[in-house]
Amino acid sequence: MMLRVALQHTQGGFHLDAAFNMDGGVTAIFGRSGSGKTTLVNAIAGLLRLQHGRISFNDEVLFDADCGIYVPPQARRFGYVFQEGRLFPHLTVKHNLLFSNIFLSDKATAAEFDRIVGLLGLESLLERRPGALSGGEKQRVAIGRALLARPRLLLLDEPLAALDTQRKSEILRYLELLRDEFAVPMLYVSHAVEEVVRLAGNVVLLSEGKVEACGPTADVMSDAALRPLTGRYEGGAVIDAQVVAHDLQYGLAELKFAGGSLYVADLDALPGESVRVRIRARDVALALDRPTGTTFRNMLPCRVADIADGAGSMAEVTLDAGGSTIVARITRHSRDELRLEPGMPVYALIKAIALDRHAVGYA
Amino acid sequence: MSKEELEILALSLKVALWSVALSLPLALFIAHLLARRQFPGKSLLDAVVHLPLVLPPVVIGYFLLILLGRRGPLGELLEQWFGIVVAFRWTGAAVACAVMGFPLMVRAMRLSIEAIDPRLEAAAQTLGAGRIGVFLTVTLPLALPGILTGALLSFARSLGEFGATITFVSNIPGETQTLPLAIYALTQAPGGDAAAMRLCVISVTLSLAALLLSEMMVRRATQRVMGREAGQAAGA
Repeated sequence: MMLRVALQHTQGGFHLDAAFNMDGGVTAIFGRSGSGKTTLVNAIAGLLRLQHGRISFNDEVLFDADCGIYVPPQARRFGYVFQEGRLFPHLTVKHNLLFSNIFLSDKATAAEFDRIVGLLGLESLLERRPGALSGGEKQRVAIGRALLARPRLLLLDEPLAALDTQRKSEILRYLELLRDEFAVPMLYVSHAVEEVVRLAGNVVLLSEGKVEACGPTADVMSDAALRPLTGRYEGGAVIDAQVVAHDLQYGLAELKFAGGSLYVADLDALPGESVRVRIRARDVALALDRPTGTTFRNMLPCRVADIADGAGSMAEVTLDAGGSTIVARITRHSRDELRLEPGMPVYALIKAIALDRHAVGYA
Repeated sequence: MSKEELEILALSLKVALWSVALSLPLALFIAHLLARRQFPGKSLLDAVVHLPLVLPPVVIGYFLLILLGRRGPLGELLEQWFGIVVAFRWTGAAVACAVMGFPLMVRAMRLSIEAIDPRLEAAAQTLGAGRIGVFLTVTLPLALPGILTGALLSFARSLGEFGATITFVSNIPGETQTLPLAIYALTQAPGGDAAAMRLCVISVTLSLAALLLSEMMVRRATQRVMGREAGQAAGA
């Protein structure tokens, strides 16, 4: 599939001017609140008709302002999972799930219904009303409802934003499962780095209505120039790696990437699988020589690529580890004490514990 | 109750039920229009809908007489095309009651439609529902308590309608003489006090029953739509 989007819209002081393409898999629209993510995704769904631009899906034009083409949402066959669930309060969970069957000619079959209900663990909820569901349950039903409409593309607008941390990781697991079980392409809107790294293979970085970058997740999220946009709070880098081996006794997985080996705690991936690992800058320490007698499981030989002053007492050191980027956040005091300069060889030290299940996404 | 009293009661109920049936579809359409659409002349339409609430009922009755009388512009058409005559018939009483109850009905329905989250309607669209589909599967069921309230308010208003009815269709026993009209006739006749009082008691009982029934139905409908807790809150 191929979704092509190019839209311009001005409302009040806000100006949206965004263009990007996506093909299969999961693409994230990533940006802070107010960057225009929801406007963009609503326009793709057809719920908003913007002033200028064009949207096409494969060879079908869904919107073209110049030609006056506008396909209404009900004819686009895009599923939409909203931030607040938006379940119909007057219908039971079962009838919410089957809602699209009233309107579609190619209805979901009973087998598909059973499969989705089973995958999302909704069996015990079917007779309940949305008012009697928890936040996480509501979102699971909303995801099932969107999937049962057999969408060509699934749009998800911050589906985890209204949930607490525990529910978040629960739904995230379901989303990973669905991504792998169904071939439905997803456009995932989020402002949370963790969700993007875990789910999305590609990222569209949106800032103040403009696409600042667009490309594979690891590239965009590790790009030093984009760090003010991607990493204000959770600065770090994302690297692509492959699972090589598991140490079952200690629950450690060994990953290989261009810069060497990484040990990660409690990862349920099989050897040979490709993964993305997010390494937060504050979890990385630096040493001039390879230290001995330490608990750091990961000691990666790197070269200092760049040193920048961060906020307050901090300095951000960008490292080149065999072509992959790693970022370390250290104090300016350490920087001066170690006399760090661009080009210097150093060791990046990372605790295996800092790289757990939540920092890893399957590619 | 005497035979005459039963007849009056039956006629009143017939007129009220028909007036509700007559106005409900149009009221729902206008309520939806006012709640969900922007168009030029919206305030004017809103004002016209509310006119029967503020005008003297006699004025409404007189307008209806001019418009729907056998020689009125609309009345003539109705008779020629459909053979329907409403002037001085019980059907005319139903029309008068429908007009008088219309603003109450529209108001209740409009409020309940406005209370529906438009984002639910948007969600229905993404699931394949067109405009009519959204209305039938989301808007209508969620507005049901308000629609019931509107219908019952208009029904109760019809039972008590006097001014427009007597002006439009006069006070003909057995044809247009509803409860309030019969009470009025009795109070004007010498020695009719006792009979008038009997009809008053019937009238009070009827209105009370209608109100209690409406509350019960609205509570049930809210429960059906929103779940038990919301229904109890609506009933409280």
